[in-house]
Amino acid sequence: MLTLEFFLIISAALFSLGFAAVLTRRNVIMILIGIELMLSSANLNFIAFWRFGPDPDALTGVLFVLFSIAVAAAEAAVGLALIILIYRHFKSTNTFNFSLLNG
Amino acid sequence: MSTTAAFIAYSVLTLVTLGAALAAVSLRNIVHCGLSLALAFVGVAGFYILLGAEFVGFIQLLVYVGAVAVLIMFVILLTRPDGDPQPFTFDRLRRALPGLGIALAVFLVITISIRTSESLRAGAPDDAGVSIEALGHKLVTSHLLPLQITGVLLTAALIGAVLFAMKEDNN
Amino acid sequence: MQLEASHINSHATAPPGRLPPAVAIAIAGIVLTGAGALLNLKAPGILLPAAWEALQNPSEAPLLLKGGLLDYLEQGWISSPFFLELASIQITIATLLSLFGILFALTSLVERKVLARIQNRYGPNRVGPCGLFQPIADGIKMLIKEDIVPRGADKTVHLLAPVVMVVPALLVLAILPYGPGLTPVELSVGILFFFALGATTEVAVFMAGWGSNNKYSLLGAMRAIAQMISYELPLILTALAVVMMAGSLSPVAIVEAQGGYSMGFIPDWFALTPWGIAAFILFFIAALAEANRSPFDLPEGESELVAGHLTEYSGFKYATFFLAEYIGLFAICGLAVTLFLGGWHAPLPVLEFIPGYIWFFLKLFALVLAAIWIRGTVPRIRTDHLMYFAWKFMIPAGFVIILAAAAWHYSGAGWLGWIIATPIVLLPYLILARGLSNRYATSGRTYRFSEG
Repeated sequence: MLTLEFFLIISAALFSLGFAAVLTRRNVIMILIGIELMLSSANLNFIAFWRFGPDPDALTGVLFVLFSIAVAAAEAAVGLALIILIYRHFKSTNTFNFSLLNG
Repeated sequence: MSTTAAFIAYSVLTLVTLGAALAAVSLRNIVHCGLSLALAFVGVAGFYILLGAEFVGFIQLLVYVGAVAVLIMFVILLTRPDGDPQPFTFDRLRRALPGLGIALAVFLVITISIRTSESLRAGAPDDAGVSIEALGHKLVTSHLLPLQITGVLLTAALIGAVLFAMKEDNN
Repeated sequence: MQLEASHINSHATAPPGRLPPAVAIAIAGIVLTGAGALLNLKAPGILLPAAWEALQNPSEAPLLLKGGLLDYLEQGWISSPFFLELASIQITIATLLSLFGILFALTSLVERKVLARIQNRYGPNRVGPCGLFQPIADGIKMLIKEDIVPRGADKTVHLLAPVVMVVPALLVLAILPYGPGLTPVELSVGILFFFALGATTEVAVFMAGWGSNNKYSLLGAMRAIAQMISYELPLILTALAVVMMAGSLSPVAIVEAQGGYSMGFIPDWFALTPWGIAAFILFFIAALAEANRSPFDLPEGESELVAGHLTEYSGFKYATFFLAEYIGLFAICGLAVTLFLGGWHAPLPVLEFIPGYIWFFLKLFALVLAAIWIRGTVPRIRTDHLMYFAWKFMIPAGFVIILAAAAWHYSGAGWLGWIIATPIVLLPYLILARGLSNRYATSGRTYRFSEG
């Protein structure tokens, strides 16, 4: 019998993996990959709570995830354009090389 | 779907999703990371479908695998990583330890709070699925404003991304 | 000379001239299964009546045959209902795969023959009568060729690319309605399923291009991905117009919405409405680009990119790509038939005695023939023209079609609809295609003859 916590733990693991990537990797693209994983885990939580919640017919979780996917797509497009801009400027994608404001 | 079949699907999806996510954050070759990310997205879409939200699952496949993952790989090719992937050393692992520790702590805190919470043990009420008709109706009635704002946001993101990535030479 | 020797040694070579073990096992399996079926004496008693019934009732024939086969399995072999259901699914899958396999073989021959005729040649005519066994010879050739993996290639990605390519191409066949009651999986979001899986082939193309570690492969893959993403938008926009009009994302419901005849003989297909014919033409153009068919086959333009992302593939892996491309073409033509050409419905009321699945495959084959015809007559277009065409013409035209479909719907879908919707489609077409593109405006042709 699958209960809500099965899915919440998967989501927690996905979030922690993305979080670890953001904290430990130095490549900007890897940080973006980590952010995408964390967003996916949040979406999974929404769907799980919608499915196991008291009122599935309200479709709140599904609608929220639809908007969240649209926003995530926009975020990825702008983020990747920024990465290309940064790369053109610094000739690098390593975060250590663009710490100009770091005193 | 019978309970056994659902459980088998759940186990397979868990293996695929978490394995691919682990590969996506830990592999040294960044293109492999992008491909693993695509596989992890497929796994998450599988979870949506398992939970009865087919529409969201296929939208996830269309947007994340077809667009976001491919976009990430395009950017990987347009930017050259600094030199070859560096070999694994214990020194680099030691520098990454605080970050890994924090992430592990976050995971443990969330898991323990999930496990100790009684209200999350409940099973699903009944076999609920997304009716496309109800979803579309809600999108253009009660959620019309968010829908239009999303449209504006996507247009702004499109123009912004094009402006950012445009060549700077024509000043 | 030395370089060549080291080049050869770097590949994993199989001893030439021997049957690969996989093929030998497959042949042995087929022979053993056939012998087993012949020895089982119950088989004729159950299967022959089913076949006779199917002959008398051709429109139900596939279902009757499958029922007979399942009865036979239930009485002779399988008792558990779970495995019986599994067997039922397997029968459907096997039928689909063999059907589209035969269609693939047939099309690869027809394509070569038709192209040859267009170019004033004979085409393959050596193997078998009229070259009929050419696909078998091609298949054997492909299977026993050496599998070459470049030394610098990313071996895992190089190996996985054809697999990732062929799986979605085969999966989308599951949602097409082949006839009344003959939809393998009746999915309520079938159209979305089709496009979602179609989007995953881009990842496979990227894997092929990057994994080969070859500049032509990578450039070809980048072009192919950019092209597929660009042309997916008009594809989805035109399909969206149909989804709006049918009020459903389910392929079966869309086909059922096109049943019936107006004035007794004109079928109510979406392609026979002012917005539908424009949408169908746009859809077919975008489908050709999506399937990397000529005139949009520049990812594999030989003159500049060798073979695009397929450059470093050979033998069985190349055959898999080839299969995936053709199955993808069949699938997208099948979707065009479903969306615009009325699916299994007959074009005239008097022809309704012919079973629906035959109509479906006739229409599908007609579209495939049109694709071959276009390949034989239209030259390949340049890559920047390709992108301009998608973003500056096809996508605006897709939005116009949605507008025209709405106008058609709210003006009663009759003669008034024709009067209102036709200008909505035609005027933007004239502005977009004729007005804005003065770049390609033709001036009077001048002839210069040599004198003397």
